Amino acid sequence: MAGKPKLHYTKGRGKMESIRWLLAAAGVEFEEEFIETKEDLEKLRNDGVLLFQQVPMVEIDGMRMVQTRAILSYIAAKYNLYGKDLKERAWIDMYVEGTTDLMGMIMYFPFQPADTKEKNLALIIERATTRYFPVYEKALKDHGQDYLVGNKLSWADIHLLEAILMAEECKPDILSAFPLLQAFKGRISNIPTIKKFLQPGSQRKPPTDEKFVAVVRKIFNI
Amino acid sequence: MSGKPKLHYFNGRGRMEPIRWLLAEAGVEFEESFLEKKDDLLKLQKDGSLLFQQVPMVEIDGMKMVQTRAIANYIAAKYNLYGKDLKERALIDMYVEGMFDLNEQLMSYGYQPADKKEQHFANMMDKATNRYFPVFEKALKDHGQDFLVGNQFSRADVQLLEIILMAEECKPDILAKFPLLQSFKAIISNIPTIKKFLQPGSQRKQPVREEEVPKVIAIFY
Repeated sequence: MAGKPKLHYTKGRGKMESIRWLLAAAGVEFEEEFIETKEDLEKLRNDGVLLFQQVPMVEIDGMRMVQTRAILSYIAAKYNLYGKDLKERAWIDMYVEGTTDLMGMIMYFPFQPADTKEKNLALIIERATTRYFPVYEKALKDHGQDYLVGNKLSWADIHLLEAILMAEECKPDILSAFPLLQAFKGRISNIPTIKKFLQPGSQRKPPTDEKFVAVVRKIFNI
Repeated sequence: MSGKPKLHYFNGRGRMEPIRWLLAEAGVEFEESFLEKKDDLLKLQKDGSLLFQQVPMVEIDGMKMVQTRAIANYIAAKYNLYGKDLKERALIDMYVEGMFDLNEQLMSYGYQPADKKEQHFANMMDKATNRYFPVFEKALKDHGQDFLVGNQFSRADVQLLEIILMAEECKPDILAKFPLLQSFKAIISNIPTIKKFLQPGSQRKQPVREEEVPKVIAIFY
């Protein structure tokens, strides 16, 4: 019994990846138990350890937490990445919901029918460059500080870096019109815990390829 | 300038309804500005009032808040509906996220195309009775208290009542197998601010009627 958080999910990004990022950024070591087959998921369900029969599930501090946002909020608050007061928290929540929406689009992209892929990719790029990134670029421009909220590293910064890197996997020059986000990316990537997470051999997961899509479809029956 | 929160949305439930419930429960008077056509949405977007070009948007405490969960979290914390510590908050969040998932299905039902309606209905009833309600029934059974978390009223209780009532609109006897949820419903409905919100003439919105659907869709698409 290590006392380390234990993550239950597939061996891919999906909804668990943001949780891996946040734990890693906070310098928290964690274990992972991978769901590789439908039977693995059924076993978790039959054991009664999934509150709503779904993963992600994270064993942490004596709880079996489910629901991505609940887990992320708990980790953020526990490791002082959630701002200093209610208003900072409100801003962090707003920013994080935006990056969640953007990353959600990117996450579902490999699962979409082949004939919609081109259209969906175009929509992702459009949303990233006209709806989401301008907001974060402006936030950094308006206050001139290194971090999005309260002049201090928070969950919002970590989540934004994750979103930027995912978007760049879709279009490598996607930040070309966003100089402050480029600098932000450089800065946040250099934070020691994050730098470590970005290196090969870390628990960061690769983008989902076609082969993994098939595995996931089988496990979740989708 | 009234200082009251001001809600920007269309005149229906959608994603704003849980926010109306929380404000009403907390006894907070609020104003509403309704989007009736696309131009109304475009105007808000052009004014720069919508952080991500989307509603819900709530003007509150000098902020123009967007994103349903961010708004709901802020209101819950401000009015002490979010538990007493991190662990209670975690449990409330888990419950509430489940409720948001079910709410998404319940509130989008009215907007489904005719050929998808039956399947959607069956799926949401199945989820309500087999995935979500059993969890809350068990929670109440295990601790034997009136409220879901920490023996104290919280947002989880408000949001649970909301989805129970929405589910009952679809299937009136949906709580047949959940005796503790039935008594929970009665207890929470009788809280004075909630009782008031449940009366005709309050700002609670009705389920979307079929003939209204095209008008709502036209605002956003």
